[in-house]
Amino acid sequence: MAGISSINADYKKRYGFRDTVKPVFRTGKGLSRELIKEISAMKNEPKWMREFRLNSYEIFLKKNPPSWGPDLSQANFEHITYYLKSSDRPERKWEDVPEGIKRTFDRLGVPEAEKKFLGGVGAQYESETVYHHLKESLEKQGIIFCSTDQALQEHEEIFREWFGKIVPPSDNKFAALNSAVWSGGSFIYVPKGVEVKLPLQAYFRINERAMGQFERTLIIVDEGAKVHYIEGCTAPTYSSDSLHAAVVEIIAKKNSQVQYTTIQNWSNNVYNLVTKRSHAYENARVYWLDGNIGSKATMKYPSVYLMGAGAKADLLSIAFANKGQHQDAGGKVFHLAPNTSSRIVSKSISKGGGRTSYRGLALVKKGAKNSTVSVKCDALMLDKFSRSDTYPSMKIDENDATVSHEASVGKLSDDQVFYLRSRGLSESDARSMIVLGFIEDFVKELPLEYAVELNRLVKLEMEGAVG
Amino acid sequence: MGKLEVKNLYVSVEGKEILKGVNLSLQQGEVHALMGPNGSGKSTLSYALMGHPKYKITQGDILLNGESIAKLSPEKRAQKGLFLAFQYPTEVQGISLNRFLLNANKSLGKISDSEKGNPTIKEFLANTKSSAKDLSMDESFLQRYLNVGFSGGEKKLSEILQMSVLKPKFALLDEIDSGLDVDSLKLVGAAINRMRGKDFGALVITHYARILQHVKPDKVHIFIDGKIAQSGGPELAQKIEQKGYEFVK
Repeated sequence: MAGISSINADYKKRYGFRDTVKPVFRTGKGLSRELIKEISAMKNEPKWMREFRLNSYEIFLKKNPPSWGPDLSQANFEHITYYLKSSDRPERKWEDVPEGIKRTFDRLGVPEAEKKFLGGVGAQYESETVYHHLKESLEKQGIIFCSTDQALQEHEEIFREWFGKIVPPSDNKFAALNSAVWSGGSFIYVPKGVEVKLPLQAYFRINERAMGQFERTLIIVDEGAKVHYIEGCTAPTYSSDSLHAAVVEIIAKKNSQVQYTTIQNWSNNVYNLVTKRSHAYENARVYWLDGNIGSKATMKYPSVYLMGAGAKADLLSIAFANKGQHQDAGGKVFHLAPNTSSRIVSKSISKGGGRTSYRGLALVKKGAKNSTVSVKCDALMLDKFSRSDTYPSMKIDENDATVSHEASVGKLSDDQVFYLRSRGLSESDARSMIVLGFIEDFVKELPLEYAVELNRLVKLEMEGAVG
Repeated sequence: MGKLEVKNLYVSVEGKEILKGVNLSLQQGEVHALMGPNGSGKSTLSYALMGHPKYKITQGDILLNGESIAKLSPEKRAQKGLFLAFQYPTEVQGISLNRFLLNANKSLGKISDSEKGNPTIKEFLANTKSSAKDLSMDESFLQRYLNVGFSGGEKKLSEILQMSVLKPKFALLDEIDSGLDVDSLKLVGAAINRMRGKDFGALVITHYARILQHVKPDKVHIFIDGKIAQSGGPELAQKIEQKGYEFVK
């Protein structure tokens, strides 16, 4: 127990701190048509967007939450603050960001990372983007990287062409909720043939208690272009629960490449219910790396629709569920064209009574000839109190598809630990090494800085495994 | 010179008594062979000496240079210079043999935990490479995940490589010869012989006298039913080879 409370102590120190920031504007708790109109008006949105929001709200009210997955009965939608604005506008320089907010991102190391290895950074605090900057050299190449609100104002044409097309509001209850109250998120457009060499990153921060964050991200990668987008997120630890319901839509056009990397490290009072989906056209490649360490309950299944011949999808995910956490994650691939290939690799670790579920779908439609599907999901349980389930699903309508599926569920073995200890490693180092080895295939795909950070987080979660 | 002593050792596994009063004294500079039939408790002895938590010492003691190590964790025993080459080494995904050895060396305090490019790490890497070469192991072996997909023989070579790199004071080699072909057996024998010297003692645990043709033991112990039934010189091994274990009983 001492070990587990020491994890929280470190989370508090590193990410779980809370700043006192006086909001510029906030709605009351709960949700209504009036409130949605108010948000839309304040954002000065075109009429079509207001209608889109109100229509989505109707869908949200009608739709039932999923009958499967984590227990959401404790999530109280009435007590959530749906919109909270902490600064007047997204700034382009950190020194212009209000002091209290800037301090938060300094402590999280965001400006430092930007200097070192990022091509552009967006920072969202509660509902709104407070900082957005893209290197000038990238701007000159015609790359757009701004908040999604700003994109609606400044690039309405391309925005409207794709917004809500990949994930329609009717997709699920939380996608409908996001569509009704969305605010912030990243918009990326990469022009034809442009390769963005440095990753772009967005950091999402919740500070207030019982807060709802509903960012909306839209990424359009034009023909032959290439981009890597990274998102991170944290929040303070409160006894009252917060809600994070994001929607991410990606369009990968012919011959393009997109990598989307998430290190989700919400505090253990956040419900993380996210819909992420991409369309990959001819010979495009979508690479999804999804790491889930934090949150109370996560439901997230990044999916790729392989729309064009030769398109490729890679979905690599890890989930770590500690005490009181349920990580329900996985991935979905839809083969809709010939010669498409997909690879799903999922690694999950549960500890201290935590629960992980792998939920996946691989579908090969009639006509998607010569497709290749590979699914591998491995679960590792660190003690007898923890739980792991897999819910794989496959629908293959073409005879010539090459399909492989492997699944394993294992317990951390005493003999493995003893073997490593006999070489001088302490028990906790031995256990950490086994767990880090278990997720190595994922970690090695990350940029070095994130690999180091993820290894650190996992080691931290492993503390308290002993004694 | 250092000494590993086992004094009247009784060990139980899950309530079942396996070792029934083992007495043994191994000096640095010596190689002893421990021979015995299947199920006599040879592996139990090696696990108990290394400190596997499942193996409970109910009586007796283990001394390293006169100091009891019976209550120490396996890692503490390793840090004091004890090494066990496992009969069945376990596999660890995602950790290369090289990375594992580097971490083990750090844990043993043999490399300082500093940045890449540190000369001591370089030395370590070079040393590991040359040890691999001595065992006719391809360099790519070092990049493979620890024992994952290794053949039986490769696993044994990997154990010997680890021993060569970690340079223990005392090595317990549990059936290091099983599953080895003639050529590999020669390589393993040569590697053990290279380690021999005043700073190294080894207990070679085996069924057969075969490996003892490559590694000449100073003493041979016959292990039957949880204790040493007879001790003697190398000629004892020959006798076992000819007559089996029956004559001791």
